[in-house]
Amino acid sequence: MTTAPTAAAPAAGTTTPAAGTARQVLRRLRHRPSAVLAGAVLALLVLLAAAAPLVAHLTGQDPNAFHDDLVDSARGGVPLGPFGGASADHWLGVEPGTGRDLLTRLLYGARISLLVALGATAVQVAVGLAAGLAAGLGNRLADTFISRLTEVMLALPMLILAIALTAVVPAGFPRPLLLILVIGLLGWGGTARVVRAQTLTLRSLDFVAAARLAGNGPLRIARRELLPSLAAPVITYAAILLPANIVVEASLSFLGVGVKPPTPSWGQMLSTAQTWFRADPMYVLLPAGLLFTTVLAFTVLGEAVRTALDPRESSRLRVGRTRGGARSRKERTP
Amino acid sequence: MTGFVLKKLAGALLVLLALSLAVYALFYLAPGDPARLACGERCTPQQVAQVRDQLGLNESVFAQYGHFLQGLVAGRDYSAGTGTLHCDAPCLGFSYQNDRPVTELLLDRLPATFSLALGALVLWLVIGVGTGLLSALRRGGLTERALTVLTLAGTGTPVFILGLLLLMLVCAYLQWLPFPTYVPFTEDPEQWAWNLLLPWVTLGFFESAKYARLTRSSALETLAEDHIRTFRAYGVGERAVVTRHALRGALPPVIALSAVDLGTMMGGAVLTESLFGIPGLGKTLIDGVRVVDLPVVTGVVLVTGVAVVLAGALADLLYAVADRRVALT
Repeated sequence: MTTAPTAAAPAAGTTTPAAGTARQVLRRLRHRPSAVLAGAVLALLVLLAAAAPLVAHLTGQDPNAFHDDLVDSARGGVPLGPFGGASADHWLGVEPGTGRDLLTRLLYGARISLLVALGATAVQVAVGLAAGLAAGLGNRLADTFISRLTEVMLALPMLILAIALTAVVPAGFPRPLLLILVIGLLGWGGTARVVRAQTLTLRSLDFVAAARLAGNGPLRIARRELLPSLAAPVITYAAILLPANIVVEASLSFLGVGVKPPTPSWGQMLSTAQTWFRADPMYVLLPAGLLFTTVLAFTVLGEAVRTALDPRESSRLRVGRTRGGARSRKERTP
Repeated sequence: MTGFVLKKLAGALLVLLALSLAVYALFYLAPGDPARLACGERCTPQQVAQVRDQLGLNESVFAQYGHFLQGLVAGRDYSAGTGTLHCDAPCLGFSYQNDRPVTELLLDRLPATFSLALGALVLWLVIGVGTGLLSALRRGGLTERALTVLTLAGTGTPVFILGLLLLMLVCAYLQWLPFPTYVPFTEDPEQWAWNLLLPWVTLGFFESAKYARLTRSSALETLAEDHIRTFRAYGVGERAVVTRHALRGALPPVIALSAVDLGTMMGGAVLTESLFGIPGLGKTLIDGVRVVDLPVVTGVVLVTGVAVVLAGALADLLYAVADRRVALT
């Protein structure tokens, strides 16, 4: 449909050189301070999110328990005390209006954010792999149909469709699962395109031809011959998808169509935070900072993984050294 | 060239048809009874049955889709008790909430969305193209570093975080501006602009990182081409080389991407509209979803689809006009 280049798409039609063993990749990652830092931040976040019930238990706080005594009802529910009501009991203060413990709510919010983003990425990768392989290995009709569908999926604004879809699903359906499915089933276009391009290139290589001549069917070829070579580009692409999915989940929650209260989520907090700008700035800054840090760390780590898997490519984020950016215009248009 | 245009248009039409089918299937065959939704909570079963009859929900699925398409192209009539209720083409049905024709409702909301998108477009073109071009000319300089930061921030920040922080800083703390409320252009152009300033900055800044990168790579590519070298060799001044020749070669992808982004925004920049309370299409969608007003939701999705598909086709055409090599392939 459109030929406008997108920054997120890796160069189509190039084969990735052997990525090396996982150990080599890890070693390359370890030599990048930014990757190590981003990885450490994310490891901490995942650990804290996983241990959210434990933290709740240790601090003795229930994320959904109201504390009317901690907010100033005369001033509309502003937390009592400085820094949003931070105290020995409530380390990061309490939520304005309700007095719920902010630390545990943020951590439970992190669980939702990570769970939905990881799940959605997995669905996107699975569907994208299937579609891309089918297009790359199938006959011309299948290829045309799938490629066309992929283009449409890529062009349609995901957020609008996702919002609309949440309207038609019955209220009883578990929300996190719904978000995973909606984001996953709408966002597989990019993976499919990358996989198809890669498959087309690989298909003409000798080892695939040999496998075909040996009498293997397309399914077996896809599994045995293609998947190992597809791993590097797919992982790279998934690393781009993951932070994007975190943003989508936060956006949907922000708009009020994400997970339902009282389940905490960062986006939801930010949408209620608007009324507390002056009275309780911490309530704005904490979820915003956490969301920003998480997305940034995933982005940086994703870039590092990309360069570690394919050392020929330099980072897209370091603008000055981009090589991929100077691709010829002919390459970008079909 | 004509063949190319026709082919693109036919493709766009096909996509739209498929989209209408998908939208119809999703929203009218989904679990939940449209008649009950349309009628409201307190309807008796008889009233629900009556509404079902009025909406034509007793017909076969294919007949319903046929009527839906017919309504889009030629308008349709609903039987409303004694008389009939006519819905002009393009008919998207009537809102469950207030029984207004959805088409009318959406047209009402379009100016707000358009205002937002237009201002943001100007900003991202100025900031994006400016930064991109500067960094292409002075490689390794300050602009390049600024662009790196811009890119990092742009990819890492959901648009509503930037908007929230701006609101907090500019409106709540510094109090340079009051909290924005949308004022239509036709009412008071000056207030319109002041109230849209923050949304424009938010959306424009958010998008400009992408444009800066695109402009940069595109300009670098053009500057490396033979004819530019020839111009320089002939002694054409650097300023003329850049503004008259390099920029011209660098802009087509930027224009094409702008067309696509504008198309997407015509369906509403949902987050920005929702954050700043701009009564545009995106806000309509959110409000519609909240009360499960299916005709409004389908309406916004279809309008978005049309805008995106048309913008995509337009982008392809612009590309082909700017670069004849494309049309030939």
